[in-house]
This record gives sequence, structure tokens and C-alpha cells, in this order.
Amino acid sequence: MSADVKLESVWIRFGDFIAARDVNLHIKGGEFFTILGPSGCGKTTLLRAVSGFLTPSEGSVLIGGENMAGIGPNRRPTALIFQNLALFPLMTIWENITFSLEVNGVRKAQRKKRADELLELIALPGQGEKMVSELSGGQKQRVAIARALCAQPEVLLLDEPLSALDLKLRQHMRTELRSIQQQVGITFIYITHDQGEALTMSDHVAVMREGIIEQVSDGTTIYDEPDTAFVASFVGENNRFAGKVANVTDGIAQVSTPEGSIRARCSKNPDSNVKTGDDVYVFVRPESLRFVSGNSIDNQMKASVYHEEFEGNMWQVFLDISSTRKRVKMSYVNDGSIRSQSGEKDLPVGFSSDAAIVLPQGPLAAE
Amino acid sequence: MIQGRIQNFLVIGFVALFFVYLFGPLIVMGLTAFNTSGFPRVSPWECFTVEWFDVLMEDTRLVTGVRNSLLIGIGVVILAVPIGLAGALMLMQIGPRLRPWLYTVTIAPILVPGVVLGISTLLFWDRIGLMFGAGEDTIFYDGIFLTIVGQATFISAYAMLIFIARLQRFDPALEEAALDLGASHTQTFRKILLPFLRPAIGSAAVLAFLASFENYNTTIFTIVSSSTLTTVLASKVRYGIDPSISALAVSIVFLTLVGAVLYEISKRRETRRARAQMAVARGEATEVKKQRPFLTEPAFILFVLIVVAGLGTVYFSGTVGVEECKIIVKEQRQAEIKRKVERRQQQQMFQSAVDAQSESSSDQEETQEDSKVTAKGTEGYQSVFSPGNLQGEVETEAEEEEPVKGTEGYLNVFSPGNLVNPSSDEPDEEKPVKGTEGYQNVFAPENLTDQVPAENSGN
Ligand SMILES: Nc1ncnc2c1ncn2[C@@H]1O[C@H](COP(=O)(O)OP(=O)(O)OP(=O)(O)O)[C@@H](O)[C@H]1O
Ligand SMILES: [Mg+2]
Repeated sequence: MSADVKLESVWIRFGDFIAARDVNLHIKGGEFFTILGPSGCGKTTLLRAVSGFLTPSEGSVLIGGENMAGIGPNRRPTALIFQNLALFPLMTIWENITFSLEVNGVRKAQRKKRADELLELIALPGQGEKMVSELSGGQKQRVAIARALCAQPEVLLLDEPLSALDLKLRQHMRTELRSIQQQVGITFIYITHDQGEALTMSDHVAVMREGIIEQVSDGTTIYDEPDTAFVASFVGENNRFAGKVANVTDGIAQVSTPEGSIRARCSKNPDSNVKTGDDVYVFVRPESLRFVSGNSIDNQMKASVYHEEFEGNMWQVFLDISSTRKRVKMSYVNDGSIRSQSGEKDLPVGFSSDAAIVLPQGPLAAE
Repeated sequence: MIQGRIQNFLVIGFVALFFVYLFGPLIVMGLTAFNTSGFPRVSPWECFTVEWFDVLMEDTRLVTGVRNSLLIGIGVVILAVPIGLAGALMLMQIGPRLRPWLYTVTIAPILVPGVVLGISTLLFWDRIGLMFGAGEDTIFYDGIFLTIVGQATFISAYAMLIFIARLQRFDPALEEAALDLGASHTQTFRKILLPFLRPAIGSAAVLAFLASFENYNTTIFTIVSSSTLTTVLASKVRYGIDPSISALAVSIVFLTLVGAVLYEISKRRETRRARAQMAVARGEATEVKKQRPFLTEPAFILFVLIVVAGLGTVYFSGTVGVEECKIIVKEQRQAEIKRKVERRQQQQMFQSAVDAQSESSSDQEETQEDSKVTAKGTEGYQSVFSPGNLQGEVETEAEEEEPVKGTEGYLNVFSPGNLVNPSSDEPDEEKPVKGTEGYQNVFAPENLTDQVPAENSGN
């Protein structure tokens, strides 16, 4: 069983502070939906509105087509995995997992059986009698997931459940979560400020900034076709050139910047269209920047290498644009064709107009 | 180096002083419970006994007082702990603007003098009783009820403070998690919050009970015509006490110690378990070993054995041979009395000798001389000025009348002159002195077995 979740014009206010502004979201049943955003942007708040711990100041939350106004958290078909897990410290693992059955009056024998099944699912068989304090961080994580699944929610809400884990365990848990979701087939709403996590696991990603949903899309679109300057600067790494649009032809804008005239494609989203005279940013991914020879590419400039990092499969090269001393970053795969460029001056670098995107100026993610 | 040592020495000295200050009175009081002396004191030590515990059990007023105190204590726990819990929960729920006000109001009874609480409780319930036209024998005038209600007014505030301290460490996310998993608010309270608060409930109950048990200044007003332990003790102090009060104190201290040790043992168990769990969580161990049941815990068994052995020893040495010891003490005392009587007689004789100095007999002159110069045969007076005599004099005035046949020998017991044969021409030593030497070593252990029964049968 899975249900879709709809947020319709949801506003959430804490006094004068607005934690969510006119949020409209439609999360389809059975999908893995991620909300991505910097700390304090209102992700947890949004999730609490879905699970029923707070009532939106305006707008409505619908789960499975049913308006949730006036329905408490214990009567919503949702289960929340808390940012700090909130496992019950005075209960054993199996009691934790089957708490939702206990409060519904299910018999102990039956509960134990269910606990064993779930322990199997989270790869902790036979550990039901332990106490919470006897588990490692990753194991607790899995118990929290099992406890939520045991309630058989139609929507599972996960609030940065992996944030407390080290990198290795995190990567492992990511794949595990994804496979659990595919196994049980319920709707997952997943919160993170780690974009790798968001892009890896999600069917759809919503990027949020200060209570506003900036863009909802699948991972590749978010990365390749950002709608706003914030999304472009928040998701992945981007080199940014500020400038003014000189003219627009066939979806390619001519932008004059201190580094010279740059040709870049316009966004496909009509809301993000630019016209002549607009103040814009041109975004170029480090992997789109490359050393060039001849006139094979639209945008070219001279730059000096001031620092480089060798990562085995990749080179990360940090450059100064010769004309303005603006710093840009370039990444390229180490295929053996280029050796260290350290200290080289005035090398020709460039990028194609297809690889650069022009977006209206607006708020940016913190560096 | 030396400075450090001096510092150490000072610190140790200070700590020792501190402990003496803390426990000195307690220890002295504890000792008086085992002395046969009719007044609670350690010196002079008479005989080791547990008879005061019997006296304690037979003192109906005291026993009733203890029973009432226990009843009231339990009543206060039942009343004050839920009130404190409710207050704490409310304080945690309401908004930050109201909180300080409510806090002040609920804490106020602690700040109000207990006397005021007592009087106001009495008046308040009297008013209510009047309103219902209730008689003197109704609950509104029942000392136990009034005391429970009166004490609960401020003891519930203590309980509340304990609960607040515990609640501040409660993760509200746990409550939300329970709700989220479908629990009702009641279930959340019962299954999540209450288990979390269990240790605090225990501490609050213990504290409430102790606060109630030892309360005097509220109780003295609200208890009306009944009595509690504290009020009985207070009146006893006013009208004269005996060591059964010390016996009561010893019993209470003993029970407290037992409780403390049991608590400590169980706490250590807990710590050990927590440490094992940490080890498992860190991956240093694979599982936490099941702990053996508390009753088979070695520390517990050892403690029970020590307590049983200690109690047995005290009981045995406090009941066996006490009567014999008492007789010896009594005889000693009688000897002192006798000696004192003789001294008086002698003084009188001396007086008359002075009066009739013109026709003084050589004997009396000799006596006069003797009192100045230490002459042969007067050694018995040497101990007249020892402090023990004074005490005997004051306390046993009444017994002086008793004829003390055959105890004269004890007179000189302390004088080194005994070692020499006293001269028989002494005027006061009219009785044959045969066998006096035998008393010289009154404190020799063999006396207990040989002489005492002989004396006994003689009387
Ligand atoms: N109960 C509240 N009262 C007032 N302000 C609140 C409350 N809860 C949240 N906020 C504010 O709302 C904003 C969003 O908070 P929220 O917890 O949703 O952030 P978040 O996106 O989950 O951040 P993080 O990634 O750090 O968890 C924050 O600025 C926070 O200060
Ligand atoms: Mg959050």
C-alpha cells in the first residue's frame, strides 16, 4: 500500500518567521522523493506538517487524496524516522520495532514473529533481545527503519536518517534504504542536505531554499537543467560568471562579462527565461571546462594554473582567468593525455555554449 | 616537599574533624543505646545491653507514634507524588511566559514556614468542617488526615522539583515517535513517559516519606490529639528521657544504612551492565552476559551475612551475662555509698573530736594527724576526691539507706595501700578485715565466676 502526498499552497509561520512559503508539491504513490536544501531551510518543518506534528498556517496536506486537517499524527498513515532516531531507550530492540503493534493490542507471540521478520529484513537477525544502547550507530538506524516499517505506513518520512553516520556506513545504508523501498513499495519522503544522497536514491528531488521550493525534478534534470541560480550553485559544483545579456538567438544568449563575451544556452524552463539587458549568471560545470587548442570551441579565455590536485582518476585544476584574476575550477579525467600543468601561465581554456547555462540573477547558495 | 606534607596533614586533619563533627553525636548516641545506665550516657560505662530495645518496644506511646508516622508518611507519598508529577508535567507543557509564575506559585509552600502551613491547614479544614456542620470526630478534625494534607502541601513541591529535573532530560521526540507509531496520548504517557520517570518516582517517594517522617513544625499543629514519632520524642525530651530513644535512633540509622547499601549494590549492578552494553556497542564484545538475579549477587549475600552476624553478636552479648554485670556494677556503687557514709561518719567523729578537743583521745588525734599526713592505714581516704565518687554521691542518694552489709572492703579497692596489710587498730575499721585482700582485684575476670554467685547467695 502506498499513498500519494499533496501539499497545496502550504504556508507555515512561527510568529513572524516564515518556515514554508506557498509550498506546492505532489509526491506520487510509491516514489522515492527527496527534499534537498541547506540547513535551516525548512525541510524538517515540512515533514512535520506531513506527519501531523504541526498544522500549516495556511494550505492543506492531503494523503491518499484525503485532507489531513484535524487528524493527529497517531491517526495518519505516515511513519516518521526522526533526525535523531528517537528509539525508546528502555525497551529491547524487538519491543522497539513492534511498538506500533503493541499499542494496537497485538499479542506478544505475534509481535515477536513480526519482529523476527523485520530483523531479517534489516539484516540484524537474532538481535531482538538487545537493548538500544547495545547497538552501533548504523544498527540503530536500521532498527529505526524497521520500527517505522512495522507500523505499515503508506508514507514513510525520513528526516536525514543517515546524517550521523560515517561515510562508509552512509553509502552502505543508502543502497540498503533504496532496496528496502523497492521491496516494500511504499512512498518515501526523504530529507537530506547531502546532494550525493539525493541524486543517488531519488525518483524526484525538490530543492528548497528558505521555505521556498525552488525546483522539483529528477536528479539528472536538477543537475543539468537547474531552474534557478540557487539550484545551480547549490547542487554540485559550478563556475559562475556574472554579466548582462547582449542578445538572445535560438536559445543561445550572448552575455557580456568582465571575462569577455560568453555564449551560453538558455534554460528550458519559461520561468527562467532571459532577455536582452537582463543581469544574469552563466554557470559552467568544472567538468565542462577544458584546455583547448585552435578555435574549436565557442568560449575561450586565457588562464594560469595556481593549484592542482591529483585524485588518481581525476585532476582538479584551479585556475586564474588572466584578464580578471577570477578563479575557476576545472576537472578532467586522467586518461594519461595530460600531465601536471602546475605553474603554467596563460593556457587557453574554454567551454562550449551547450555546456554553459544562463540564468537570471538571484540568491545563491552559501559558498 | 615538607610544605606539601603539611598541607596533606592539614587536609586529612580537616576531613577527620569534619567527620567527627558529622558523625560524632550520632556515634555517641548509638553507644548510649547499649549502656545499662538509666540515663542516656556513655560514661561511666556500666554494662553492654540490648534491653533498651525491649523498653522501646513496650513504650506504647512511642510505638503508636511510630505507627502514625508511618501511616502519615505513606499517605503523604500517595498524595504528594502524583501532585508533584502533575505539577511538573504542567510546568513543562505551558508557554514560557506563564512558566515562571506557575513555578513560583507551586514552589511557594517550600518557602512558607512550616508552622504557618500547619496553622493554616488546621484553620482551613476547620472552616470546611464547620461549613458541613461536621462534628469533632469527623475527618476534618482527624489529626492523621490533617497532617497528611498539611505536609503534602510542601512535600509535593519537593516531588515536583525532582520530576522537573528528570523531565528536563526527556527527549520529547520519544513522545512524538510513540504518537507517530499510532499510540494514543494515554498510551504514550503510560509506555514512554512513565517508565522514563520511574527512577524519579522512586526518589520522590523516598524523599516525600522521609520529609514527612521527620517533620515536626507543621505536624505539631495538624496532629491535634494524636501523636507522631516526632511529637512523642519532643514531649519525651521535655519530661525526661531514657536510652530507649537512643535505641530508636540506632534502629533508624541501621535501617537507613541497610537501605543505602542495598541501593549501592543495585546501582553498581546497573553500572556494570551499562559498561557491558557500551562495550558491545563499540564492538569490543559480542553480547551482554545475563546478570544473575539480585538475590544471588555475591555482594548482597555477603552483606546479608555481615548483617546477620553483626545482629547476632550484638544480641548475644547484649543479653547474656548482663544481669551478672549489673549486679557487679550495683555492688560497686553500693561500696562507694558505703564508703561515703563512712566518710561522713568519720567527719562527724572528727567534728566531735574537735568539739571535745580538751579531752581528746589519742586515737582521734591520730586521726586528725592522719588526714594531713599520709599515715599507715588511712589509704582508704585517698580516693575520696576521685571524680567518680561525686557522681555516685549525686545519683545514688536514695540508695544510701540500704544496709550494705559486708561491702566495706571495697572502700580501698583503688588504693595502693591495700597491698600492705592495714593496721587493725584503726577506729573506723571495726569489722574484721579478714578477706579484704580478696577484693583488691575486683576487676579481675575470674571474679565474675567465683565471687559474684557467692555474694548473691549471701544476700
Ligand atoms: N518551533 C519553532 N519555532 C520557531 N522557529 C522554528 C521552529 N521550528 C523550526 N523553526 C525555524 O524554522 C526554520 C526551519 O527549520 P527546520 O528544522 O525545518 O530546518 P531544516 O531544513 O530541517 O534544517 P536542518 O537541515 O538543519 O535539519 C529554522 O530557521 C528554524 O529556526
Ligand atoms: Mg531538520
